[in-house]
Amino acid sequence: MHEVAATPSWVLIAYLISGICFILALRGLSSPASSQRGNRLGMIGMAIAVVTTLIVHAPRMPGTLSDGHVISLNLELASAGEILIAILIGAAIGLVTSRRIQMTAMPQLVAAFHSLVGMAAVLVGSAAFLNPSAFGIVDAAGSILGVSRIEMGLGVAIGAITFSGSVIAFLKLNGNMSGKPILLPARHWINLAAMLAIFFFLFGFYDSQSPIDFWTLAALSFAIGFLLIIPIGGADMPVVISMLNSYSGWAAAAMGFTLHNSAMIITGALVGSSGAILSYIMCKAMNRSFISVIAGGFGAVASSGAAEAIDRPYKRGSAEDAAFLMKQADKVIIVPGYGMAVAQAQHILREMADLLKKEGVEVKYAIHPVAGRMPGHMNVLLAEANVPYDEVFELEDINSEFATADVAFVIGANDVTNPAAKTDKGSPIYGMPVLDVEKARTVLFVKRSMGGVGYAGVDNELFYRDNTMMLLADAKKMVEEIVKALG
Amino acid sequence: MNGLITDRGALAVALDNLAWACQNIGHHLGEAVRVDFISILSIFVLACFVGYYVVWSVTPALHTPLMSVTNAISSVIVVGALIAAAAAGSASSKWLGLLAVALASVNIFGGFAVTARMLAMYKKKERRDA
Repeated sequence: MHEVAATPSWVLIAYLISGICFILALRGLSSPASSQRGNRLGMIGMAIAVVTTLIVHAPRMPGTLSDGHVISLNLELASAGEILIAILIGAAIGLVTSRRIQMTAMPQLVAAFHSLVGMAAVLVGSAAFLNPSAFGIVDAAGSILGVSRIEMGLGVAIGAITFSGSVIAFLKLNGNMSGKPILLPARHWINLAAMLAIFFFLFGFYDSQSPIDFWTLAALSFAIGFLLIIPIGGADMPVVISMLNSYSGWAAAAMGFTLHNSAMIITGALVGSSGAILSYIMCKAMNRSFISVIAGGFGAVASSGAAEAIDRPYKRGSAEDAAFLMKQADKVIIVPGYGMAVAQAQHILREMADLLKKEGVEVKYAIHPVAGRMPGHMNVLLAEANVPYDEVFELEDINSEFATADVAFVIGANDVTNPAAKTDKGSPIYGMPVLDVEKARTVLFVKRSMGGVGYAGVDNELFYRDNTMMLLADAKKMVEEIVKALG
Repeated sequence: MNGLITDRGALAVALDNLAWACQNIGHHLGEAVRVDFISILSIFVLACFVGYYVVWSVTPALHTPLMSVTNAISSVIVVGALIAAAAAGSASSKWLGLLAVALASVNIFGGFAVTARMLAMYKKKERRDA
């Protein structure tokens, strides 16, 4: 068994405390009331980890006192200054971005942040490879410990996949790249071959500690991260972004193994399981297997499906009709979707709800787990528009209430309301849990035009029902007009 | 699923086990100790269980802040970056470390700040009758 450099116990305990702070930070998110305290605990945990590391590893150079005593605690200020500058640059970029970012752009931001974690893992792994003695992972002969080689190789590989995958996810979410799946011929075979090659070079690196194996491993991992994400369509982004979240955690955990650092390992395990659970929730909410999402291609047939849409009669309403119907109602349930986010209609929507409440109407919001482009996206947008969180309900909590609602107001959502998911076995979304909006007395459906279909590429028979009224306009404009009509 | 979400007992047991494993690591403050692979692995496995229970207890309304805060805390990888940046012996390793420190700092400050910004928006209904 190998031995690693001894570390003072207080350092280990400090890292442990930092890890516990991170656990409590996530624990705080069990309710909005405790969440802010949790976030502060997370910051404290991070501060403990950073300060501890700086105390133990501060750049030093051996100095000599006037009496000839050799001391080793002499801070090397030049190096310390460089580190401080690096932190300050990062902090400035991070703080400015976090202040300026629009809430609708959160999915992109999170993808970008994931890519940074991935890149940092690659850089740390490479630094450890180039200077292993600084990390205390060399044996007496000066070569890197076998276990550390595996940990380091895995950390770099997962980090690289996280990085390139997140960059592609960012480009797709930010609209720099089409959300349509890009399907390479024989992509499954290419991916399989790349995966096998990664394991081959990982073993080669373990066996020989050869730099060629190490860098090839890193390069291949960058490539496969890219290949894995390009075939995945826009609608599957909630799963992808959760999955990359998970990967960034496993990368941190692998580096934690290399450094024998409990804070990193605890964090990596937390983040890894968090991302995995979110991916699972998202897959379940779409009734798709994780494998089928990763295999990609979903939504690729959307255009051909749309072309077949037949002209069927539907009822079209005006903003005044909608205002009248909702004013008369006792209970209105609003179903927001990604279209609301695109149109930035959340603020005016809240104004509409306020006016309705003044008329004595009970207003609630129903959120499908995959509404939006990342888990919980709609909740944040509604919170931004000052919608109280106790008026916002999850699918299973509110679905039975549609039967007692007078109006279901669907804005920017489509597939998550499609009754075909319950009845039509041939539909690609069959089996997906959907909001039972058709059970409301009237369904008001805000949609840009009749032509477009949802991301799954299926027509929604809800549009043609007798109790559905289509409000065809830009979501924001339509709600603005309804507000005018109500006021 | 609901059973897991509210299963505080299981969470307590997992936390307890984690603390027990960590006792293996050091018993006297200030005394230098060596950490073996098995202790580290124990921490990892138990932390996965803690993560499982803690994350299931997160309310779905806060899943976006969950992602941004996990993002921020996974930047604890900055510890490795700082070690590399501070170490003497290899200039390229040091520069890689410094770059990693900068990247991780973007994430730490940006991640916690944006999470705080989001969480501050979640408000309860104002009671009119109060």
